[in-house]
Amino acid sequence: MALTENLKRSEDIVLSVEHVKKKIGRKWIIEDVTFDVREGEIFGFLGPNGAGKTTTIRMLVDLIKPSSGKIKVCGYDVNKQQEKALRYVGSIVENPEVYTYLTGWENLEHFARMQPGTDKKRIQEVVDIVRLDQRIHDKVRTYSLGMRQRLGIAQALLGRPKLLILDEPTNGLDPKGIKELRQFIRELAEGGLAVFVSSHLLSEIQLLCDRVAIISRGRVLAVGEVEELVAANAKYVIWDLEPHEAGKQELSRRNGIEVIEQADAVLDDTIIAGMGLNAVVARMEEEEIASTVSHLVNSGISVQGVHKINPTLEQLFLKMTEGESID
Amino acid sequence: MISLLPLIKNETIKIIKKKRFYVILLILLVLVPIFTYAQMRSAERTREKFHGDWRLEVQQQITDNENSLGSDRVPDEWKKFRKIFVQQLQYYLDHDVNPNEPNGVTFTREFMSNSITLFIPLLIMAIASDIVSGERTTGTIKMLLTRPVKRWKVLLSKLVTLFMFTSLIVVSAFVITYVISGAVFGYKGFNLPVFTGFQITGSDVDLAAVHGVPQWKYLLMQGGLVWFVSLTVASLAFMVSVLVRSTAASIVVMMAALIAGTILTNMASAWNSAKYLFMVNLELTDYLSGTPAPIEGMNLTFSLAVLSIWALAGLIISFLVFTKRDILN
Repeated sequence: MALTENLKRSEDIVLSVEHVKKKIGRKWIIEDVTFDVREGEIFGFLGPNGAGKTTTIRMLVDLIKPSSGKIKVCGYDVNKQQEKALRYVGSIVENPEVYTYLTGWENLEHFARMQPGTDKKRIQEVVDIVRLDQRIHDKVRTYSLGMRQRLGIAQALLGRPKLLILDEPTNGLDPKGIKELRQFIRELAEGGLAVFVSSHLLSEIQLLCDRVAIISRGRVLAVGEVEELVAANAKYVIWDLEPHEAGKQELSRRNGIEVIEQADAVLDDTIIAGMGLNAVVARMEEEEIASTVSHLVNSGISVQGVHKINPTLEQLFLKMTEGESID
Repeated sequence: MISLLPLIKNETIKIIKKKRFYVILLILLVLVPIFTYAQMRSAERTREKFHGDWRLEVQQQITDNENSLGSDRVPDEWKKFRKIFVQQLQYYLDHDVNPNEPNGVTFTREFMSNSITLFIPLLIMAIASDIVSGERTTGTIKMLLTRPVKRWKVLLSKLVTLFMFTSLIVVSAFVITYVISGAVFGYKGFNLPVFTGFQITGSDVDLAAVHGVPQWKYLLMQGGLVWFVSLTVASLAFMVSVLVRSTAASIVVMMAALIAGTILTNMASAWNSAKYLFMVNLELTDYLSGTPAPIEGMNLTFSLAVLSIWALAGLIISFLVFTKRDILN
């Protein structure tokens, strides 16, 4: 039973990346990257700037050849059978760079000629999908960044791909544009498309993605469902105690509670900023809170506030990358 | 599988929409009238001087050149050139043919022969230097290479398009020059004889093989040679465009090579191995008219071989680099 379940899953795999490594010059930019992307899911690729996100993406679309390892799209090796593999891929690598001296429509025609089975009708379809029909016959140099982004997505969708790769798609978009894009990506995924989104914005990934791979310094640190990863993460409770020192000691004496001295290593800056002077951060299970409160009160310590921290991807991320900058 | 034709169509559209080819036509349309005017003025002056008798003019040219042969200040190299020049002029005079007959066809012939080393290559570079590096400068190379098309096909479509436009530039240069200069000097002159086949050994000219050909035939031969040189320059500029990321750098590299060529041509006769450089071999039309080669041991076959090898090597390097290279930005 479990076996057939596994087989079924492997059929759904649109993109598989196996132990990919890349050396540029003398430096290993990518040390070990492995993950799968399945049909109909939105897969997040999360990492700080310089972690190797764009290098990995370039390898996915055959702009760079890996030094070792395998990348397969729908079963075809991207670096050896690019004509077959890349048929199933639509991508925007970094910025959507199109020909600014052509109109939007001419750009789409240009890329359609390089893609089998795309005709005028299909071009019109993708123009409608990204809602660019008003300006499609204008020169691209007159487009705003958001419109270029949409034209970029239109060209990526031209060949009816099974895998859509978007590299930092929200860069340069205003909040409204970001919200629209998120909605749009979800619609595409509901239609069965696998969407691979890279980002350095944790909240973005948490809001959008079903699964995530976390990359840092060229290595994938974790792959999994966003919910699971977050749930597996340790839970923190902020205590506001009076007197401070005695309360802290009392807390650390209890079983299953660990008092965190350096809160900034595990919590978001926004949470730390909201903490009072008497705050004590403790790692503990939710169920322990009630009994701990009564214990503290019995010990003569007044509990002025108990604040449960909802786990976020950011905490997990901070823990994994150990404070590496994630600007 | 995508065939090459739609890719070539893409490249052609890009060159036309970028207005590169119009700029080239515009340059021709501006410069050719200027040269025509200059030629007209100099023709007027000699007509006044020699009262319209071309024999007197040629005779004067012979005398001038012979006089300078006696001077110690003239370098030996130049003396050799002038001796040969004198013998050729004499040949024209003996056969009662005016080598400088002013008409549209003669002007075109002279102009093309002067344009082959710098002017025509410059026009070609306007397209060739940009054709690959332009895509890298703007980042569109990423869009181009993430299609389900093999890289060599993308590059081949660019090369074919470049060769098409190179040919078009050569034809346009001939046509525009003829049409504009013809308006001033008259459109006749296709059947005038031109002498070719001067064999040069040392400072002597062997006249045994010299024969007259009608100017239209000469123009065709010349056109073929100009076209060949153009394809060579296009191939090399193509290679530079693949190797260098920015279009500006790509133009500078090719320009430097071509200008070095013209300088070397004037001073390298002592440095024998310089004849293997492509840029001193560009003046193929000189073999037709009988101007001595810049370096001992060069002849038409030699130059054609050197240019072919350079062009071929350039194309091989282009394809090897382009299909293997990582696109990092």
